[in-house]
Amino acid sequence: MNDEPHGQSQEGMPTHRHQTPHRSLFSIRRYQSGHMRHRLASLLCCMLAAVIGMSQPAASQGFAGLGTTAKGFAMPRTGYAFTFPADHGPHPHFRIEWWYLTANLKGADGKAYGVQWTLFRSALAPGDQPGWQSPQVWLGHAAITTPTAQHVAERLARGGIGQAGVSPAPFAAWIDDWAMRRPDMSATGGDALDDLNLSASGTDFRYSLALKARGPLVLQGQGGYSVKSAAGQASFYYSQPFYTVTGRLDLPGGAVDVTGQAWLDREWSSQPLAADQSGWDWFSLHFDTGEKLMGFRLRDKGAGFTSATWIAANGQPEPLPPGALTLTPGRKARVADRDIPVEWRLELPSKGIDISTKPLNPQAWMATRTPYWEGPIRFSGSRSGQGYLEMTGY
Amino acid sequence: MTLTVALSALLSHWRRRPAQLALLILGLSLATALWSGVQAINAEARASYDRAAALLGQDRLAQLARRDGGAIAQTDFVALSRAGWLVSPVLEGTLRLEGSRLRLLGIEPLSLPAQAETLDLGRGGGDLLPFITPPGLLYAAPETVKALAAVPGLPPLRASPNLLPGTALTDIGTAQRLLGRPGEISRLLVLPEQPMGRANLENVAPDLALKAPEAGGDLSRLTDSFHLNLTAFGFLAFAVGLFIVYSAIGLAFEQRRVTFRTLRALGLSARALTAALLLELIVFALAAGLIGVALGYLVGAALLPGVSATLEGLYGASVPGTLSLRPQWWVSGLAIALIGTLAAAMQSLWRVWHLPLLAPGSPRAWARASEHALIGQAAAGLGLLILSIGLGLWGSGLIAGFTVLGALLFGAALLLPVLLALVLAGLQRLVRRPVAEWFLADSRQQLPGLSLALMALLLALSANIGVGTMVSSFRLTFTGWLDQRLASELYVTARNPAEAERLTTFLQGKVDAILPIWHIEGSLEGAPGAVYGAADHATYRDHWPLLAALPDSWDRVATGRAAMINEQLARRARLKPGGSLTLPGGWQVEIAGIYSDYGNPEGQAIVNSGALVAHYPTVERLRFGLRLAPGGVPALMAEIADQLKLPADNMVDQATIKRRSLDVFEQTFTVTAALNVLTLGVAGLAMVASLTTLSAMRLPQLAPVWAMGLTRRRLVRLELARTLMLAALTFLAALPVGLALAYVLLAIINVEAFGWRLPMHIFPADWLRLGLLALLAALLSALIPLRRLARLAPADLLKVFAHER
Repeated sequence: MNDEPHGQSQEGMPTHRHQTPHRSLFSIRRYQSGHMRHRLASLLCCMLAAVIGMSQPAASQGFAGLGTTAKGFAMPRTGYAFTFPADHGPHPHFRIEWWYLTANLKGADGKAYGVQWTLFRSALAPGDQPGWQSPQVWLGHAAITTPTAQHVAERLARGGIGQAGVSPAPFAAWIDDWAMRRPDMSATGGDALDDLNLSASGTDFRYSLALKARGPLVLQGQGGYSVKSAAGQASFYYSQPFYTVTGRLDLPGGAVDVTGQAWLDREWSSQPLAADQSGWDWFSLHFDTGEKLMGFRLRDKGAGFTSATWIAANGQPEPLPPGALTLTPGRKARVADRDIPVEWRLELPSKGIDISTKPLNPQAWMATRTPYWEGPIRFSGSRSGQGYLEMTGY
Repeated sequence: MTLTVALSALLSHWRRRPAQLALLILGLSLATALWSGVQAINAEARASYDRAAALLGQDRLAQLARRDGGAIAQTDFVALSRAGWLVSPVLEGTLRLEGSRLRLLGIEPLSLPAQAETLDLGRGGGDLLPFITPPGLLYAAPETVKALAAVPGLPPLRASPNLLPGTALTDIGTAQRLLGRPGEISRLLVLPEQPMGRANLENVAPDLALKAPEAGGDLSRLTDSFHLNLTAFGFLAFAVGLFIVYSAIGLAFEQRRVTFRTLRALGLSARALTAALLLELIVFALAAGLIGVALGYLVGAALLPGVSATLEGLYGASVPGTLSLRPQWWVSGLAIALIGTLAAAMQSLWRVWHLPLLAPGSPRAWARASEHALIGQAAAGLGLLILSIGLGLWGSGLIAGFTVLGALLFGAALLLPVLLALVLAGLQRLVRRPVAEWFLADSRQQLPGLSLALMALLLALSANIGVGTMVSSFRLTFTGWLDQRLASELYVTARNPAEAERLTTFLQGKVDAILPIWHIEGSLEGAPGAVYGAADHATYRDHWPLLAALPDSWDRVATGRAAMINEQLARRARLKPGGSLTLPGGWQVEIAGIYSDYGNPEGQAIVNSGALVAHYPTVERLRFGLRLAPGGVPALMAEIADQLKLPADNMVDQATIKRRSLDVFEQTFTVTAALNVLTLGVAGLAMVASLTTLSAMRLPQLAPVWAMGLTRRRLVRLELARTLMLAALTFLAALPVGLALAYVLLAIINVEAFGWRLPMHIFPADWLRLGLLALLAALLSALIPLRRLARLAPADLLKVFAHER
């Protein structure tokens, strides 16, 4: 998937990643976050490009090369009828896809925590093959954010041999020892994602959480067709924002029992974004009154492209038109040698919302092969609640 | 008086005697050349092993492998990953191509740890998709890519200068497909950072064991003996070379005694004089060292292709045929030249330091060694010999073996002057005529001065006899063994299983027997090895060279419950017929017999071919030995080529394979032979140096004899006779030492280094040749000093008396 606006000119960008010795087997091209795009497309592409140096033949073809970038891959379209649990599983004919979970947790020790669990799928070629010849590559990111620390781990695996993958029923998504799966003892009935166990581990942390959905799946955008730019780039996108969580975190300081709420995003596409979009700011918010809000801003040379979905407490989604949500960056913090706006003002006049967000830990930096900021936030103002913020391209 | 003036006065000596300077420089540079040449070869080879070992980070990463040496199932890899083990699979195997072999390394690029990514495959390699999806890509050294370009059926090739020749890197999926080993993994690289709460290995994959990182790897271990061998030779050559330096420096110092005294009398302090001489020596040492290193490069570069071929043939180690200038050998070459020079000059410098200002300044012959010193030397020599015998009897290990060698050689060298003195004293008692008596007494008087050169000659001669005997014994045994072992008249290798099937069908009825030669590679008693399958056929019963066996050994093998093992494996693991052995995969067999297996460093076992296939269903079944009347071989080869389109490279007749084996054998000892000759040459130079030194100092001894009526012609003849007599006596002394050396090489060093013991054969004709060569060397070395003596003006002889004060 190519959303690389300036083509290969970015390869030489001097960032701290570039200063690490070139040690790769496959002359790694480290795409840099300074030009990363929307969560949909470029995060995964960039990560994979960075990690494995995969060639992106269309990288130099820019915006006009849209048609060729997705050559051979299926494209999102309007009017698609989702079928579950099949659509919980992978869509190998699309270039990219993810299972993306964020959780706002409270520990028995009284402290707030955030947890991230992400499985990305990237198809180097459309379709799947058994065994090592599979062109599907899997990437996992996991993190625990505490008020004072950020614990991060990353995994990478080939498809085809069972090291990583997703099966829709009984639902299981895994990479190495990390898994998001429906427990064996789970009651029948309901959606396959209603009841999940989640686990991941890194050198200095591990976690094990149980998730129960208290509401329905939510289709984002127009019935699950989510537009990402004025030019019409789009993805298939649905969420399960209604999880309650119980579980345990293992940290260097010991184990902590936690409870809280979580949000799962499912998204897949083959399309790149517009050529001049340089990064994004993405919010998922749980209001204390039970409503949810998903909103993002794709930054470009102009005013940017914002989009949002208002989700009623009963799960009824209301897609908001581009521009309905206004995002204003506030205080900046120095994170990993760059200035990142860690506090924000969100205004959604149609719902009477005017809130300010504060991060749990301003240093919630995902120091993965392609780095970005992702961490739990709290907000107050006209309404209050908690959520997650992701910022790329700084 | 300034140091510069003193220096120029001292250096004027060399201007007047350029030949002496040349000898000093030549001796020192030759010694340095041999040493640094050998070191250069070793450094090159070690760098290759390190590269091979570092290729996938074995030198820095722990690994998981099956305890029984078999292949790891891919499902085990997935199970380990899903239990939290961060590991990366590697499949390693040999791909037999038309006429060559390719070591194939299958890796998994996504999980490959940073430590294993030491090689940058270069630009244009950024495509993961073509690498992991069929047909895949093969990365290899540029020369390997060139060599493989015409081979059909291989994936597209990419050149990477960082890979060793003969090795190709590819995706594990491609490797499994090319090697015909689906779902198999050789080993798992363990990433250094592992997640919290990882499961225990015993619970996930109990068959696997964790192996710590190993520097240098198997190759380094296997080839250690070979390099120790070369180093020992290099050191011997250097030691012999130092004798030259010692003589040349001694001569120059003796000749400059007058100058020294004059300089001291003019007010130069002993400290300044010594400093000036030291400076002079350092300059010479560095100059000679540089020349030596340059010569060493030439020696190394000339020998390296032979060494590479040997290492490839013997150990399968890939070493490039070109030498690179590595600081570790040229710096060490310079250093050893310097240290050697200073060590050789120590005695002379000491004398200058203590030079009594008013003592006679005339050159004098080296003092007659006291009885006391000789007794001390004899005791030291005997002590070394006893140490050598003791270690030979009770020691073990390669280092002990080489210590036996060293103690034997240097003990013998130390005893030589004692022995010669005794022989001369004995002869002296037998003769009554005055000239003969003077001749012998004078010879004894000369011994201390000549003994160093004679010791050098003894070392060179005994090394020559020892190594010559070892090589010839080996050659004789090896050719006999080849005749037995290569019983099949024709060896054919199919390119794929379907072709193998067509081939066997085609051959039915056309040949007397089709003997499968199939094997698997795996670990035997903890080291890399191979298990071969053999059909139950008379060929093996009649021809296979067994060293020890149970009764009905081949019948036992035919049942599938017993195996024959090679001598290397038996010696290394101390196995005996009747004992038991675990083959890769946990298959327990009885040891039915032990066979000799020269030219192969690895352990090997032979089982029944049916049992082999039953235990290792994935074994490659492509190679066969065919029994038929020798006359029918060319016709059959033509017929196979014609009907089955099998390339000529896939058929080898007995004569060709024998020739190839002998080539490998000859290559193995090319280096040894070359070093041998060079060492002998250096010893010859040492003789020249010593005799020149002595002749200049001997005037005071010769003048009285001349004055008593012996003509110069007669004196020259007597001098010549003395040189030849001493050389001959040294050669006689070298004979038993050389034979003892051969015995140590065959019975101790070879067993430790290669794992096989060879019978010793004696070749007196070679000794005769060597003896004549030694005499010739002595004759040549005496020529220059004697010519001078013959032309000596009577006035010079008279001056001896005139100068006596």
